[in-house]
Amino acid sequence: MYSQGLIGADGRSEETQAFLDAFQKRIDAEEKIEPNDPMPEGYRRTLVRQIGQHAHSEIVGMLPEGNWITRAPSLRRKAALLAKVQDEGGHGLYLYSAAETLGVSRKQMTEELLDGRAKYSSIFNYPTLSWADIGTIGWLVDGAAIMNQIPLCRCSYGPYARAMIRVCKEESFHQRQGYEIVMTLAQGTTDQKAMAQDSLNRWWWPSIMMFGPHDADSQHSDQSMAWKIKRFTNDELRQKFIDATVPQAEYLGLTIPDPDLKWNEEKNGYDHGPIDWDEFWRVVKGHGPMAKDRVKARKKAWDDGAWVRDAALAHAEKRRARKMAAE
Amino acid sequence: MSAEVPLWEVFIRPRNGLAHKHVGSLHAADEVMALNAARDVYTRRGEGNSIWVVPSASISASDPDQAGENFEPGDKIYRHPTFYEIPDEVGHM
Repeated sequence: MYSQGLIGADGRSEETQAFLDAFQKRIDAEEKIEPNDPMPEGYRRTLVRQIGQHAHSEIVGMLPEGNWITRAPSLRRKAALLAKVQDEGGHGLYLYSAAETLGVSRKQMTEELLDGRAKYSSIFNYPTLSWADIGTIGWLVDGAAIMNQIPLCRCSYGPYARAMIRVCKEESFHQRQGYEIVMTLAQGTTDQKAMAQDSLNRWWWPSIMMFGPHDADSQHSDQSMAWKIKRFTNDELRQKFIDATVPQAEYLGLTIPDPDLKWNEEKNGYDHGPIDWDEFWRVVKGHGPMAKDRVKARKKAWDDGAWVRDAALAHAEKRRARKMAAE
Repeated sequence: MSAEVPLWEVFIRPRNGLAHKHVGSLHAADEVMALNAARDVYTRRGEGNSIWVVPSASISASDPDQAGENFEPGDKIYRHPTFYEIPDEVGHM
């Protein structure tokens, strides 16, 4: 389950100040907003964009892991990976459904993903080069996503919050199975441990980029926080994730690839080195090593499945007509 | 791109004795495929033993703008048991 700081939302609203104030009062009172409730257009747009990006991330996120199902090293690992990838598909569905309650159609969202207009988490534009990457994705990528998603369970928009509760319930198995894979490698032969370290080296920075730009550069954060779509800032969540993850790496005897990483007694957390935001924006804008492959794979799956969708609809229509005739 | 596949609302009964509860929605061409998809997506971890699927278009909902008039019984406190004074000597009633 994968989300990332919102990219490129437009939270402007043009309703009267009285309307916006009344809405904000409901939000401040921790009232949940439900689909048919009046809401500012900016609130609706921000949610459609965020939930859509989140749903696309789940669906695209199936690709780098699905890539390893046939090569899993044992039946136990294969069964777990299959179940995880199936969960991600389900999570995509819960999220698409939540977005649909805001008046956007599934078809529209699918089209936006396939023609490259919609964004998804930049993390999936990196390749899965070794089996260790499946472990690292569960441990770090799902771990980062959980940090993001737990506060989303209290999001002000009811259908999104409900979807996230379901997702979070299913998610912790993902992170645990990932950590177990990395642990097995880290405690294995020298080569296996090296494989785990190589994987951590490649995924660490992309994982901490998943929380999105620094607060000072995150233009949509303030409005999302005021509307209680977001509960913590990007930097707060990133800090929580780093603080939780460093001891987990130490336990495995693996080294986090950041020479500037050190404990800061005063803030009771770790300081980290500079993040390469040029790389982040390159990858978000579709220049990641796998960006073209990901959308191509989705497009192929969609096109190859067209006859199935058409046949199912034709069959449903035929049954309906027969039933009508019999009545 | 083909026609839009209809939307269904999914209700699950966690176990006998409880009511079916709304759990989410999905797209499917007909009720048979909707039930199959609901089983695959919404009951992967023993969530229930019975599924209902209802075409979303068949649901009629009340207007949230009229929630005040519809659901505010503030002026009808005589509908609540605490409205009535019963002496303590009478005991629990």
